Amino acid sequence: MSTQVAGRPERPELVAEPRPNYLANGYGIKSWLLTVDHKRIAILYLVSITVMFFLGGVFALLIRLELLTPAGDLMAADMYNRMFTMHGVVMIFFFLIPSVPAVLGNFLVPMMIGARDLAFPRINLLSWYVYIVGAGFTIAVVIFGGVDTGWTFYAPLSTIYSNSNVALMGIGVFITGFSSILTGLNFIVTIHKMRAPGMTWFRLPLFIWAHYATSLIMVLGTPVLAIAVVLLAADRIFQIGVFDARQGGDPLLFQHLFWFYSHPAVYIMILPSMGVISELVTCFSRKRIFGYTFVAFSSLAIAVYGFLVWGHHMFTSGQSIYAGLLFSVLSFLVAIPSAIKVFNWSATMYKGSISYETPMLYAFGFIGLFTIGGLTGLFLAATSVDVHVHDTYFVVAHFHYIMVGGAIMGFLGGMHFWWPKIVGRMYPEGWGKFAVLMIFAGFNLTFFPQFVLGYMGMPRRYHAYPDEFQVLNVMSTAGASILGVGYLIPMVYFLWSLRFGAVAGPNPWGATGLEWTTPSPPPTENFDVTPIVTEEAYSYSKEEPEVVGGTQSTRASLR
Amino acid sequence: MFENFPLFPPQASTIAGEVDLLFFFLIAVSAFFTALIYLMVTIFAVRYRRRSSEEIPRQNLGSLQLEIFWSVVPLVIAMVIFGWSASLYFKMVRVPDNAMDIYVVGRQWMWKFQHPEGNREINELHVPTGRPIRLTMTSEDVIHSLYVPAFRVKLDVLPDRYQSLWFQPTKPGTYHLFCAEYCGTQHSGMVGSVIVMEPRDYEAWLAGDASGGSMAARGEKLFNQLGCVTCHVPDGRGRCPTLVGLFGRPVQLITGEQVTANEAYIRESILRPNAKIVSAFQPIMPTYQGQVSEESILQLIAYVKSLAPAPGQTVGTEGNMPGGAVSPGSTGPAPGTAPAAPSQNRSNQ
Ligand code: HEC
Ligand SMILES: [Cu+2]
Ligand SMILES: [Cu+2]
Repeated sequence: MSTQVAGRPERPELVAEPRPNYLANGYGIKSWLLTVDHKRIAILYLVSITVMFFLGGVFALLIRLELLTPAGDLMAADMYNRMFTMHGVVMIFFFLIPSVPAVLGNFLVPMMIGARDLAFPRINLLSWYVYIVGAGFTIAVVIFGGVDTGWTFYAPLSTIYSNSNVALMGIGVFITGFSSILTGLNFIVTIHKMRAPGMTWFRLPLFIWAHYATSLIMVLGTPVLAIAVVLLAADRIFQIGVFDARQGGDPLLFQHLFWFYSHPAVYIMILPSMGVISELVTCFSRKRIFGYTFVAFSSLAIAVYGFLVWGHHMFTSGQSIYAGLLFSVLSFLVAIPSAIKVFNWSATMYKGSISYETPMLYAFGFIGLFTIGGLTGLFLAATSVDVHVHDTYFVVAHFHYIMVGGAIMGFLGGMHFWWPKIVGRMYPEGWGKFAVLMIFAGFNLTFFPQFVLGYMGMPRRYHAYPDEFQVLNVMSTAGASILGVGYLIPMVYFLWSLRFGAVAGPNPWGATGLEWTTPSPPPTENFDVTPIVTEEAYSYSKEEPEVVGGTQSTRASLR
Repeated sequence: MFENFPLFPPQASTIAGEVDLLFFFLIAVSAFFTALIYLMVTIFAVRYRRRSSEEIPRQNLGSLQLEIFWSVVPLVIAMVIFGWSASLYFKMVRVPDNAMDIYVVGRQWMWKFQHPEGNREINELHVPTGRPIRLTMTSEDVIHSLYVPAFRVKLDVLPDRYQSLWFQPTKPGTYHLFCAEYCGTQHSGMVGSVIVMEPRDYEAWLAGDASGGSMAARGEKLFNQLGCVTCHVPDGRGRCPTLVGLFGRPVQLITGEQVTANEAYIRESILRPNAKIVSAFQPIMPTYQGQVSEESILQLIAYVKSLAPAPGQTVGTEGNMPGGAVSPGSTGPAPGTAPAAPSQNRSNQ
């Protein structure tokens, strides 16, 4: 592979040239709704997932308010059950899964590899419409009174006993799944076929590797969810009995199908954020990533292993103990690639030049919270401890550390990092720092007490609970209010910055990467001339990089 | 160890301490790695903070040795945890042979318990200390999960299936009993308590409450009422297999397969008699699906279990209990016959 480090792809003469940017390319509503520009579609997604995030957030708020007191006093049990179900469904299927890939991924994948657009721009637009139809079903479900099965839709509660809008919700989830399949397909083809000359696989930014791995999961996993949901709906509407023990079906089959998708789905949510963190840590340390190949391949390892661990959601379901042990050992193994990433990010900072802009603070937050989320995953992978904490608040705390502490921190970090690129203006740095601190503090106050609650034995999805759990629940609710405000602040200043933010210029962070070589906001075509890549990712210095304790042969293996 | 620590659940079973030990080890490992990462990030962030905007640090490709180091060390630690956890898990799932039986039926939204002696309770479970107790559980409707935090045990309760959970209580007291698997509207109301008693108190409690006859005795009554007895005569002559000595024995099926006559098998024989036909017999047994409740099936099973192999003799049906008062937690019907000791129920295994 080339060791040429000279010749940055940046071309100041192109940057200077005034051209209409993608935002100025048509102003009517039609120019947005019929656009096939990946950047505009990213914006469409951003607006839609933000709406869904606030919908899910309102449910979360009501849940936390109800749990302020041990008695079920704010709302009836049925209402509470609908709240947490809708919170889960909306946040997972309509916010977290599309968040980083459909917004940042859509915007950046073509730009980072030096392409004009995704491989299938119309399919990209279609995926957004499919998402909107799915989201429409969800909103209809909310209006008709919601669903009360939990986002896990376990049979036979969902197929026979629930009298809420399960089938409608199932159709919504089924449809939205296709939007994620289409996005994944588009990314895979784009990354394979549309890389600029010289952009070899090992020169790709790690954000791209992460999205490649994510796309594999989307394409391979989502159909299984679709099958599970279709069978569920058929069971419910036509009583075909696949999941009905009385008719010779098996309710555990549903759990297997559901988790076969939904465990890997956790990686759909976290891997793209990990890709974001690799970009942030390198940029704000001005360092090449430590152990590029290891970080890149750990994404693929996570994607592959992620398909083999679903049974760890079922240790207490009555599955065979040998199956349990197998899923347990595989779950321990899947922790290793994540550990490798965390160590490499930390090592990247070693002897770097570290600055503390808001995106980097999000990266610190991600590393801190993801570490705790990942380590508590070991408790759950350990069968005998999981027996005690399964279906308690311990699990709730664990997955919020991963999905809120990890995935959303990554999403927000990425949003701050690329916001100047997306809209051409800076967000206010002081407010940014204030918000990230609030989010970090609020998050920990919300979810750390839940680990303790869980080990004490408080089951999840409880509308009312014994008195001795109250203090910790009050702490959690207090934290949630701080967290909620923390999320509102960026929302406000992002809007404010559209008009009043300082003009960003093409590369406000001095970052490497092709997306920073075009103006901000970029022109519709991204690049005037297809860039030719001559160097590796994160070439912050023209000097030949060193290898710790290595010889020439280890150098080759690290490239 | 932590009885009075308000942020920790009571330890009231033999395995609770062992689970907690592993839990503390996991906490230690997590605390170590969390501290390591936090320190590393903090120290690097402070020590290598950007001092001038022009500054470009010396670049570094990585290090194979370090990568191997920080993959292998966590891997080894993970495998140690796995081994420890797995061996404890075996202990938690393998029911000891001398376990005493209690039967559980979950439904939206209550727990129903039957002791072999005949005592029945709802949302309350009385158990003695000092001996392993096996719960054989099933659900009438959706999936529930029986969870006793103080014992560190939990197992899902499924419709149309028996699941066995065991524990050995160590400390008298009253402990939370939760449904851990979300099961619909009143999921959080599907709670109750486990009352652990000294064996002597437990015996007294059993005697005070037994009013509907032992489970086996009730099963025998059902066996007569439902007409099972017209086909299944004790000597096994005629067109039907004898049920005497059946429990725990291997059964030769018409397909050539062999199955063990356990609880699930007997249950299936009653509800779906044609699912497994005993070799050399005709599929003439009618189904009782929809005619017998889960609790009645458990009683029939207790009766079948009580049929000792000794020819012509049935156990657990002689004698009469003085009719005691129905306990608050008991839904038992009118007085019946004497209890069969739990050990007798399993004597033919
Ligand atoms: C019409 C006669 C008939 C009636 C009534 C009947 N059974 Fe059966 N039962 C049979 C026959 C014949 C078989 C063997 C063929 C088979 O496996 O279905 C059998 C098999 C069984 C077996 C499996 C025996 C073995 O050796 O493996 C059990 C247990 C059983 N019956 C229990 C019951 C119970 C309990 C009832 C009452 C609720 C009942 N039966 C009512 C005819 C009957
Ligand atoms: Cu339940
Ligand atoms: Cu429940």
